[in-house]
Amino acid sequence: MDINFSAEDLAFRDEVRDFFVSEYDSTLASQLSGGQGKDYKGAIVAWQNKLHAKGWLAPGWPTQYGGTDWTATQKFIYETERGLAGIPDVVPFGLKMVAPVIYTFGNEEQKAKFLPRILESKDWWCQGYSEPGAGSDLAALNTTADYAGDNYIVNGRKIWTTFAQYADWIFCLVRTSKGMRKQQGISFLLIDMKTPGITVKPIVTIDGKHSLNEVLFEGVAVPTENLIGEQDKGWTYAKALLAHERTGMAEVADSTRLLESLKQRAIVEVNGGKAMIEDPIFQLRLSDIEMELMALEYTELRVFASMAAGGMPGPESSLLKIKGTEIAQAIHELQLQLASYYGGALPDDLNAEQLGHDFAFEARGRYMYGRAATIYGGSNEVQRNVIAKAVLGL
Amino acid sequence: MNFDFTEEQTMIKDSVSRFVRDEYDFDTRTKIVGSEEGISREFWSMFAELGWLSVPFAEEYGGFGGSVEDIAAVMEELGKGIVVEPYASTVVVFGGLMAASTNDALKAAVIPSIIDGSCMGSFASTEAQSRYEMSDVATTATACDGGYKINGEKTVVANGGTANKFVVTARTSGEQFDRNGVSLFLVDADASGVEVKSYKMMDGQSAATVTLNDVVVAESQLLDTVGEGMDLIDQVMPQILMGLSAEALGIMGTLNSTTVEYTKVRQQFDTPISSFQVLQHRMVDTFMAYEQTKSMLYRGLCQTGENDRAELLKTVHALKATVARYGRLVGEEAIQIHGGIGMTDELNIGHYVKRLMMINVTFGDGDYHQKKFNQLSYSA
Repeated sequence: MDINFSAEDLAFRDEVRDFFVSEYDSTLASQLSGGQGKDYKGAIVAWQNKLHAKGWLAPGWPTQYGGTDWTATQKFIYETERGLAGIPDVVPFGLKMVAPVIYTFGNEEQKAKFLPRILESKDWWCQGYSEPGAGSDLAALNTTADYAGDNYIVNGRKIWTTFAQYADWIFCLVRTSKGMRKQQGISFLLIDMKTPGITVKPIVTIDGKHSLNEVLFEGVAVPTENLIGEQDKGWTYAKALLAHERTGMAEVADSTRLLESLKQRAIVEVNGGKAMIEDPIFQLRLSDIEMELMALEYTELRVFASMAAGGMPGPESSLLKIKGTEIAQAIHELQLQLASYYGGALPDDLNAEQLGHDFAFEARGRYMYGRAATIYGGSNEVQRNVIAKAVLGL
Repeated sequence: MNFDFTEEQTMIKDSVSRFVRDEYDFDTRTKIVGSEEGISREFWSMFAELGWLSVPFAEEYGGFGGSVEDIAAVMEELGKGIVVEPYASTVVVFGGLMAASTNDALKAAVIPSIIDGSCMGSFASTEAQSRYEMSDVATTATACDGGYKINGEKTVVANGGTANKFVVTARTSGEQFDRNGVSLFLVDADASGVEVKSYKMMDGQSAATVTLNDVVVAESQLLDTVGEGMDLIDQVMPQILMGLSAEALGIMGTLNSTTVEYTKVRQQFDTPISSFQVLQHRMVDTFMAYEQTKSMLYRGLCQTGENDRAELLKTVHALKATVARYGRLVGEEAIQIHGGIGMTDELNIGHYVKRLMMINVTFGDGDYHQKKFNQLSYSA
């Protein structure tokens, strides 16, 4: 066993660190670190443009389309450093979700039309999968696309659509045929959000913020050239994409950073004049989380090592999403517990100075929005079904 | 970066694995446990011939020159067969202390006899009042003509009944709880004034109360500088805890796979019980418990450098706490999911669980180690 990086990899790590220090400035940090600021879209696009200028925006893409030629080790180092630096991930919908489908299953025209604009952050994408009647059972989706010569006519409702309010394009799973197995007859369509008949309705979440939406389609005409691959084969493409989505969901580096800031906070926060970090029960809650995270860090390294060796990730990879999200939520819970009363205060009522607790608002936001982590990307219950079937053979 | 065992490690791991599979089935084990001595001398000689008893010792004493990874590789496989021969107490604990001793003459005299199988040893540290606090030593060693005179009583000494030699903690100076003043002596089981009362433990192994009554030992029997025994113990303890945790990991893996296979054949309500989602999810949780325990063990195995020492200490405390927590989960779920049959003494499941329970209390249970972890991590 050997967990040391090579000298080249360490040099790369230093380069990444230096880049983050010099380019991720305080303006960006104020808008992006610790949740969405008032100009979230402008800030994240500015950051993505800096990454693009450096050639680092799409490490996962093949080089011919603008990806890096990083080794698996370099990709791992990059993601770890990003998390430790508290820099948010790029907006995944274009770069990490639809782009792999386009360059894997799309035609040359589609690649030429969409991929450069994704790299340049000119198009903001959103994901049209879930529907009111199709959540974990995604294949039950019912939005229809009827073939009508040069167009598909789309009717239906998509829901939980993150950042649809900013989006120029939406990639959708739509039903093009009926009467077969529900996984069949689904097609993968790219739809311009400016097309007549599309309405975006905001959904305010329990953190008081607006990132989710409902998207209505009423007689929306979509050119047939926007179909990916073959009609009725969309489920296959989407499944490939979901596998993409699940990798790297452990977010060990992010949790490590959050836990560290929680510990620092617990030194400052007092009860009866004694630092909370000295409280035996609080220590127990902290170490319950920290020990689990120490183990998960090595689970992630084990997965990474087998992938770097050119192999497929082993059974240990299946638990990354479940454990990663459970640990993140446990940190959020303890953060909010530490905030005590102040976690309940709404930001408009008091500013941080008046409140005396500048982390409480963030703690509440993280906790509330963090509940989504065990729901999205395949709920943790669905993930357990997957492990039961694929790993344990049940 | 890789988490693979070396070719040499894989060979010895495979050799233990083959032994467990081909020669140490549950019936064989049950017969050995029921025998008068409770272990098989024949198998012990075989372990010596196969070189397993030489793993942690330097080549100059005829050893394999192995690392903690080698020890973990062997211990994990022994765990899969809940092997009762005293490998942990003789090779990993007693042997580990001997290997770390600074007394070269003593090492040259003792280590070859461990390797050839003629010496079984045990670490006599626990006392009636001491629980897990290694430095709580009331046993005294007072200077006398010809060396030291030891008086005291050691309890639950692992495999004390079969050991030829003990490493005994005794106080040469200081008060009962002082870290300084604890010395380590090598004491022959048949020395004058040593009385050994052996009894069975629930995991099929045995333990003994060792009474030391005016036992005279020469100064040459000290493992290290007088009064500094705790330093030697602290140096070896991470390796011991990782070895025991590897054994626990082997047990957890076996319990999980046995349980999963059982649910595929056990029919209720006209269907295999493996089809029930509530059982599936519980088995996914025990699968994750196993993988996380394995990762924590690997974390410790990778922190071998001098600079890693502080981190390694935290890791081994976290590891032992993890083994306690997840070992209990895996064990209790195995019994629950097996149902009535899991309650029977005839089935192997309960015996694997009982060994996990004993590993849990060996050299500190989960709460003890989590508290140590907290002390190292959260002092403001």
